[in-house]
Amino acid sequence: MADRIDLTLKVNGADHRVSVPPFARLLDVLREDLRLTGTKEGCGEGECGACTVLLNGRVVNSCLVPAVQAQGALVVTVEGLAEGENLSSLQAAFLTHNGAQCGFCTPGMLLSATDLINRCPHPSDDQIRDGLSGNLCRCTGYAKILDSVHAAAAEGRAAR
Amino acid sequence: MRGYLPDFDVCVPASLGEALALMAQAPGTLTPLAGGTDLMVVYNAGRLKATRFLDLSSFEELRGIREEAGALTFGALTTFTELRECRAVHQHFPNLVKSARATGALAIQNRGTLGGNIANASPAADTPPSLLAYGAEVELRSVRGSRRVAYDRFHLGYKAMDLAPDELVAAIHVPLPTGRGFHYFRKVGTRQAQAISKTCLAAYARIEDSCVAELRIGVGSVAPAPIRARHAEAVLLGQPLASLPMAAAREALLADISPIDDIRATARYRSVVTRNVLGHMLRELATL
Repeated sequence: MADRIDLTLKVNGADHRVSVPPFARLLDVLREDLRLTGTKEGCGEGECGACTVLLNGRVVNSCLVPAVQAQGALVVTVEGLAEGENLSSLQAAFLTHNGAQCGFCTPGMLLSATDLINRCPHPSDDQIRDGLSGNLCRCTGYAKILDSVHAAAAEGRAAR
Repeated sequence: MRGYLPDFDVCVPASLGEALALMAQAPGTLTPLAGGTDLMVVYNAGRLKATRFLDLSSFEELRGIREEAGALTFGALTTFTELRECRAVHQHFPNLVKSARATGALAIQNRGTLGGNIANASPAADTPPSLLAYGAEVELRSVRGSRRVAYDRFHLGYKAMDLAPDELVAAIHVPLPTGRGFHYFRKVGTRQAQAISKTCLAAYARIEDSCVAELRIGVGSVAPAPIRARHAEAVLLGQPLASLPMAAAREALLADISPIDDIRATARYRSVVTRNVLGHMLRELATL
């Protein structure tokens, strides 16, 4: 049994080579090896969505993904949403509409909302609730989060 | 608290043939890993006993939904999202679409697989009641060949299956319904998303001459494994829609289920609510 395996991960548009234990979780590789600490660990059960990232364009719970399965896939974390100093339309809308309170759920919310707007550029309230149903906000700031997603969608620019 | 990481290993075979050969070499020592949405939860809780995994996720021959010989064949790696998005599934098996929508939320649906939902053998899984209602067959594969098992004979008890240690769930075959069909799916959980079922009931009936000509009812979370409600089915089979023996069917359901108390619901709650859900299903059937 190998102590460590070498993986190449494509994260936020760049290739990263890491040497990690064979069963390392994508979440830990992102946070500890790549120091991308925007992705959070909440429940470790796939219930809270704090660790949400995009894997080949679809939302996944990175706490439930063995990193070995992300080899060759495109990973997007919250750090990959802005272009330099330019926030994505969703990030800007969360800022304007107070979509973030304590902020712990925000990276996951942003990625689920990005996925939603990519699939469904003009979502209804119900579609937003469905799209974000895997992300819990312990501050219960859901109304502001809904406002933020509506605002970003209304702006008409698909989030990256 | 997680498991101790250095104890765990993952094998990534180059082909399905190699995976089956590895399973045959040391049957029972490698745990198949697909979407990981059940297995990783147990790992994260530090309760995972298995330490060696076999990654199946890259095998194209276990993917895809195909129509062949009067059935839809689902590769074991078919995700819940693929079930939700496939036109043929909407057309023929609306209960399966509802099952997939009722499982976790999108992040789980993007990763979790139909094969895993079966092989994880949770009594609370949400696709099994629908597969039971539609008369599905499971295709198992090993180096010895492949065989098919009627899904209603696959689960033998709590986490016990008609699955040899060297066999994989490779595909699920579901016969296309013919004639006038009635489809019903109802899950009862704490909320619509992310909940694990307190009880779950799926039914398919074929109606002929305003009578119940064919009927299968699958139930989850009320027995050690997903089961057919055969007693309730027997009471209803052949009966006219205009005078379905609803009270007798609800009573007969008690002989099918053996619910327990757990963190999600009490046995009494499950017994009462499952009968109420059956009642709701029968009222819908009666007005068809």
